[in-house]
Amino acid sequence: MAHVKNHDYHILNPSIWPFMGAFGGATMLGGTVLFMHDKGPWLALIGLAIVLFTMYSWWSDVVAEAEAGDHTPVVMIGLRYGMLMFIASEVMFFVAWFWNFFKNALYPLSDNYPAVDGVWPPAGIETFDPWHLPIINTLILLCSGAAATWAHHAIQHDDRKSFVQGLALAIALGAMFTVFQAFEYSEAAFGFSGNIYGGTFFMATGFHGFHVIIGTIFLTVCLIRALKGQMDSKHHLGFEAAAWYWHFVDVVWLFLFAAVYIWGG
Amino acid sequence: MADAAVHTHDDHAKKSFFTRWFMSTNHKDIGILYLFTAATLGFVSVVFTVYMRMELMNPGVQYFCAEGARFIADASRECTPNGHFWNVIITGHGILMMFFVVIPALFGGFGNYFMPLMIGAPDMAFPRMNNLSYWMYVAGSSLAVISLLTPGGDGQLGSGVGWVLYAPLSVREGGMSMDFAIFAVHLSGASSILGAINMITTFLNMRAPGMTLHKTPLFPWSIFVTAFLILLSLPVLAGAITMLLTDRNFGTTFFDPNGGGDPILYQHLLWFFGHPEVYMIIVPGFGIISHVISTFSKKPIFGYLPMVYAMVAIGALGFVVWAHHMYTVGMSLTQQSYFMLATMVIAVPTGIKIFSWIATMWGGSIELKTPMLFAFGFLFLFTVGGVTGIVLSQAPIDRIYHDTYYVVAHFHYVMSLGAVFCIFAGIYYWIGKMSGRQYPEWAGKLHFFTFFIGANLTFFPQHFLGRQGMPRRYIDYPVEFAYWNHLSSIGAFISFASFVFFIGIVFYTLKFGKRVTENSYWGEYADSLEWTVSSPPPEHTFETLPTPDMWDKAHH
Repeated sequence: MAHVKNHDYHILNPSIWPFMGAFGGATMLGGTVLFMHDKGPWLALIGLAIVLFTMYSWWSDVVAEAEAGDHTPVVMIGLRYGMLMFIASEVMFFVAWFWNFFKNALYPLSDNYPAVDGVWPPAGIETFDPWHLPIINTLILLCSGAAATWAHHAIQHDDRKSFVQGLALAIALGAMFTVFQAFEYSEAAFGFSGNIYGGTFFMATGFHGFHVIIGTIFLTVCLIRALKGQMDSKHHLGFEAAAWYWHFVDVVWLFLFAAVYIWGG
Repeated sequence: MADAAVHTHDDHAKKSFFTRWFMSTNHKDIGILYLFTAATLGFVSVVFTVYMRMELMNPGVQYFCAEGARFIADASRECTPNGHFWNVIITGHGILMMFFVVIPALFGGFGNYFMPLMIGAPDMAFPRMNNLSYWMYVAGSSLAVISLLTPGGDGQLGSGVGWVLYAPLSVREGGMSMDFAIFAVHLSGASSILGAINMITTFLNMRAPGMTLHKTPLFPWSIFVTAFLILLSLPVLAGAITMLLTDRNFGTTFFDPNGGGDPILYQHLLWFFGHPEVYMIIVPGFGIISHVISTFSKKPIFGYLPMVYAMVAIGALGFVVWAHHMYTVGMSLTQQSYFMLATMVIAVPTGIKIFSWIATMWGGSIELKTPMLFAFGFLFLFTVGGVTGIVLSQAPIDRIYHDTYYVVAHFHYVMSLGAVFCIFAGIYYWIGKMSGRQYPEWAGKLHFFTFFIGANLTFFPQHFLGRQGMPRRYIDYPVEFAYWNHLSSIGAFISFASFVFFIGIVFYTLKFGKRVTENSYWGEYADSLEWTVSSPPPEHTFETLPTPDMWDKAHH
């Protein structure tokens, strides 16, 4: 910045990434419309590539700014607020899917509608047994959350070795959850389309699974940064945000497990 | 401050046009971008309404012909009504106004420009993300416009399902137009959510030293409340339209009873967002009006704290009244009673606001400058719209009024007349601050009176049409409804003329307006922090944070 600032807030230089990201987003979504109407996936893929490139470049800038010391204590408080608000909005996104689930589970259409026949799960739907793979997956995800907390305590005491170990374990368990979930999907006795159970189940657990993948990537970025020696007991906000996100994903799963798998099964 | 003022203009000059406007991380520049984009889309949306009012001016279909849209009625040529085209224009008007005009102008435009200034923050908490919000809004608008021009239902272009995108109509609408509209709403929703995160963080983390929450001016408070409404309700809409998308394209049956789904669920999810949405539109306006009334009554605002908590209460209550939009879908009596009662409760905090504004003016030395005229107009019109809202909140009465022109009149009184008057009040109040040039007072007043007359003439007769039983959203009507429709159309043309005149005022002001020399050109009761910086403000404001004596005035 050309001139003197006498405060600790972060004033940023102009950046092309927001414009590029929005352009990429519109290209990706416009391309997706074309794809859904059998016009080929190419525009969507180009848009996706632009979005991913923008995300990588933008967050690289953020990391570089963090390393340059732009993240003063007051800026770090702001980043925490930002992450909390983002998670709050994510919670409300899942509210929509739970709303749909509870509406159908509590008030299924009457027996005038053969697809449901007044019961939940709808007539003829064979659901997963929650006490087989789902409970194992629940334990895996909870262990992963515990490992992330272990890593958190380690970095607070500048114990970099345990930090890396805990983080690696959390990531490995998270990846394992995704693999098991994919396996479970392949074994489903109901389809995605044509009945309310399939759509509800796959969209709710699918969006959760998508969030698990994002969280795993988020933690992996933290691991890479840790291996580069970037975090210490005072500056590990990126990891803190990843850990919050990871716990949020955990909690959503617990609600899914309790409501969709056990109670609604 | 002085030190900041010295290098400002050089800094702007040093940046290329592209860098300044496409890569901006400056809350003031981004605010300006929001205002101009919203105004452009607003113009498009207003042109739609003028075209619709031309059609509705007389019974029969004269302009929306299947043989080709006309601009001059010609009884000698055959005209088959083109209902789809009509529906597309109605939908376009609604979607543009609800998502792409009013909120971007009030929350994105004024919120960006003035919220940081009024709390003494050097910029937003996340200046780069701020620009992402703006460009995602542009991206969303582009998809919305594309949606109008791509193959849609009825073998024609565009989607004609209404801005609420109700299933099953929206699920069955053919072509790709509807999918573009869904993604347009996704993008604008993401843009608003990121904006809300930014506003909340800025408000909580960057207020000037000594500015406690209970000393923060009302406009920043209004933006803060609005941001929470956006943050908590838009994701639910995102979920709902994602269900629409998969129902349309991937065979799910969320809203299709044949597969066990329920179209009423869509209405619940939509209105869980949609009711907070109407408060997102009006609450920032409350903030602007409070400052305008205080400034031109030469008194501090009456009942500051109740004003703050009334906004908070309106925001909170906004989340628990949604089903009053759907009394007729077959809810139980208990449900209807609850939503009726909860809705009426909102009149209490709203009443606190109206009476506090009146009490602020009481005994004040009132100066009728253009912004104050618009504030007066707002008070009267918003009250009319509020009172018809109380009427509509009654489930039994709503049985009669549901989907009639009475509802159209009601929500245009709160939005077209309420929120839009706030936007104009804000522009006349702050244009000198933003541009460094002042509008000609006579022109502002002329704009106010023509718009006030035009808008009332447009919408007041629609109450009568609603009471006569004329339904919404129709292209044609029996001759019995002709009289009030004719007057309403004349009102729309007057409003449009006043809008065109307003655009002229803005460009005249920016080019030839009288230069503003004082920082606080509205006098000492315009005492929030934006009045301590030059007009226009330097590129970077508050590089030295303001001290309490700059904003905590003794006369309070």
